[in-house]
Amino acid sequence: MLRHILSRLVRSFLTLMLVMTFAFLVLRLSGDPALILLGPDAPQDAINAFRERWGLNDPIWKQYLAYLVQLLTLEFGVSMRDQVPALDLVLSRIPATLAITLPALLLKVGLGIPAGVYAALHRQSIADRGVITLSILGFTVPSFVLGLLLVLVFAVQLGWLPSGGQEGVEHALLPILTLSVGGIGIMARFARSAMIEVLGQPYIRTAMAKGLSWRSVVWKHALPNAAVPIVTLLGFMIGSLIAGAAVVESIFSWPGVGRLIVTAVANRDLAVVQALLLVIASSMIVANFLVDLAYGLLDPRLRSRRAAH
Amino acid sequence: MSLIWIKDLRVSFDGVQVLHGINLQVGKGESIGLVGESGCGKSVTWLAALGLLPQRAQISGSVTLEGRELVNASRGELEQVRGGRIAMIFQDPSSSLNPVQRVGKQLDESLRLHRGLSGATARAEAIRLLDLVGIPSAKTRIDLYPHEFSGGQCQRIMIAMALAGEPDLLIADEPTTALDATIQAQILDLLATIRHETGMAMVFISHDLGAVSAVCDRAAVMYAGRVVEQNHIGELFDNPRHPYTVGLFEAIPELQGPRRRLQPINGTVPNPRHLPRGCAFSPRCAHASDFCRSAQPALLQQPDGGQVACFHPVRDPRRTFSPASAELAA
Ligand SMILES: Nc1ncnc2c1ncn2[C@@H]1O[C@H](COP(=O)(O)OP(=O)(O)O)[C@@H](O)[C@H]1O
Ligand SMILES: [Mg+2]
Repeated sequence: MLRHILSRLVRSFLTLMLVMTFAFLVLRLSGDPALILLGPDAPQDAINAFRERWGLNDPIWKQYLAYLVQLLTLEFGVSMRDQVPALDLVLSRIPATLAITLPALLLKVGLGIPAGVYAALHRQSIADRGVITLSILGFTVPSFVLGLLLVLVFAVQLGWLPSGGQEGVEHALLPILTLSVGGIGIMARFARSAMIEVLGQPYIRTAMAKGLSWRSVVWKHALPNAAVPIVTLLGFMIGSLIAGAAVVESIFSWPGVGRLIVTAVANRDLAVVQALLLVIASSMIVANFLVDLAYGLLDPRLRSRRAAH
Repeated sequence: MSLIWIKDLRVSFDGVQVLHGINLQVGKGESIGLVGESGCGKSVTWLAALGLLPQRAQISGSVTLEGRELVNASRGELEQVRGGRIAMIFQDPSSSLNPVQRVGKQLDESLRLHRGLSGATARAEAIRLLDLVGIPSAKTRIDLYPHEFSGGQCQRIMIAMALAGEPDLLIADEPTTALDATIQAQILDLLATIRHETGMAMVFISHDLGAVSAVCDRAAVMYAGRVVEQNHIGELFDNPRHPYTVGLFEAIPELQGPRRRLQPINGTVPNPRHLPRGCAFSPRCAHASDFCRSAQPALLQQPDGGQVACFHPVRDPRRTFSPASAELAA
């Protein structure tokens, strides 16, 4: 087990390096970053200054080495706009983002999974149809539409909640709601089908044939098995805790990482863009790592396969 | 008095009838075989008896366990019967055990439920049961997961789990079908031994008459949701009356004696949605007359103690049917 964790850690690090190298290649090779970031209409001396500042006139291998050094020392330079170290800027935005994405994740898990499981246990019932319909609605309505709709109803019409800003809990409610609705729907659908799949397995019939109560069959045999696929989706959701709220943060002018992505790109702030990439890629890789650990805990078959390697 | 008595059991799924009035009795300590090709309704019969069919299954008729009605019994009553009075093991042993739970835990569950054992006592009993069914070094392997055992061992564990409730009747639904021949013979041996030692009754479901003859006193042959013949195993072997039974015998490979070509029955089991008129076997039957294609033969008591549902029962099957004897005569 420990060996597996170590090898996973090494692999995670390599993946991160690979992702960052890929980002480097995309940024440097898909065209002139100066032109991409400054735009085609930028004056020549601005472009030259930009090239000079970011070492874009050096040979590509030298640029890559410099980039690697930046990554490993976590020194991306200073944000052009805010004049603070880029990584500090990015990190300072994380709490605000988590303040809405974490509650949203809790809602996705806390409402989505029970709703899906309940629907699976009462298939074809009104509740099941209700869950299916709501979840389809939940994940087909785009978040910018939903966000605007919620603002319209709760802020403009009813005046119950503010439409933007970050002073207190009431400011966070609409962003959290907007963020979670789609995820609750997806989670409910996923939990429902995972549960239906498990309930059709022979070992469930065995558990019933033993004389266990339906409650025990569900809690002790069905749910632990359905947890394995559900954790996969949970991993995706954890992976998007940091970068997944860009649209919602923009709608509600919420000062989180997502909005920083938008402004950094708009301001051609290369140092911040690179720091963002590292943080986002790391958060996804950490999520992956956690899912992998959870798999091992939930499924003994995987554990033995790993032990065999 | 019989232990379990099935009377006119009928089952349909979404309006399609798959059981057409099954009558069967199993006496205390008796071992009966239930034979027939896949899809004849063998599993559904016993799943219905234990209330294990999905909700959409419509069940009528009666199944009584020592006089207690099981059809439409309450959940609580059925839970008492399942595992405690009647245990059931299934065809695919590896997927019939919960893959994410240790086998010891799965055994413990039954012991707790039906015998009130827990803790060290339950563990000791679980180890004893695993020993009994022939799991080597049960003491150390009790904490392994199902995937760490072979298919045959998983079936042994299933049998141990069934024994944990000390049932009066074990339903073994094709317990050896998924296993290879040597393991199959070992499991049959194990079942015969256990039955001998515990005196519990057994229903052995199989499409293989050879396996049935190894462990059963009596056998019922099912076709398309009906029992078409029933007799003591010796009588059934020596003197099969229904052409379908004869056909099943022709399909048994003989291990001893001269090799002969296997004679599978032509055609396939009809879809319950489109049953032929009259006797459901008539389209595949060499003996069928026009009458067979219009009327349904009833299961009638025979002088030799058996029951047959056929208008033209086979009299001397060895002469009319066996290609081996045909060659001898030539
Ligand atoms: N859950 C179910 N839903 C619908 N049809 C079923 C179900 N279970 C069994 N059947 C049908 O009932 C018939 C008898 O099946 P079964 O008892 O499993 O046959 P077998 O003799 O092979 O055990 C088959 O035609 C099968 O398709
Ligand atoms: Mg079957």
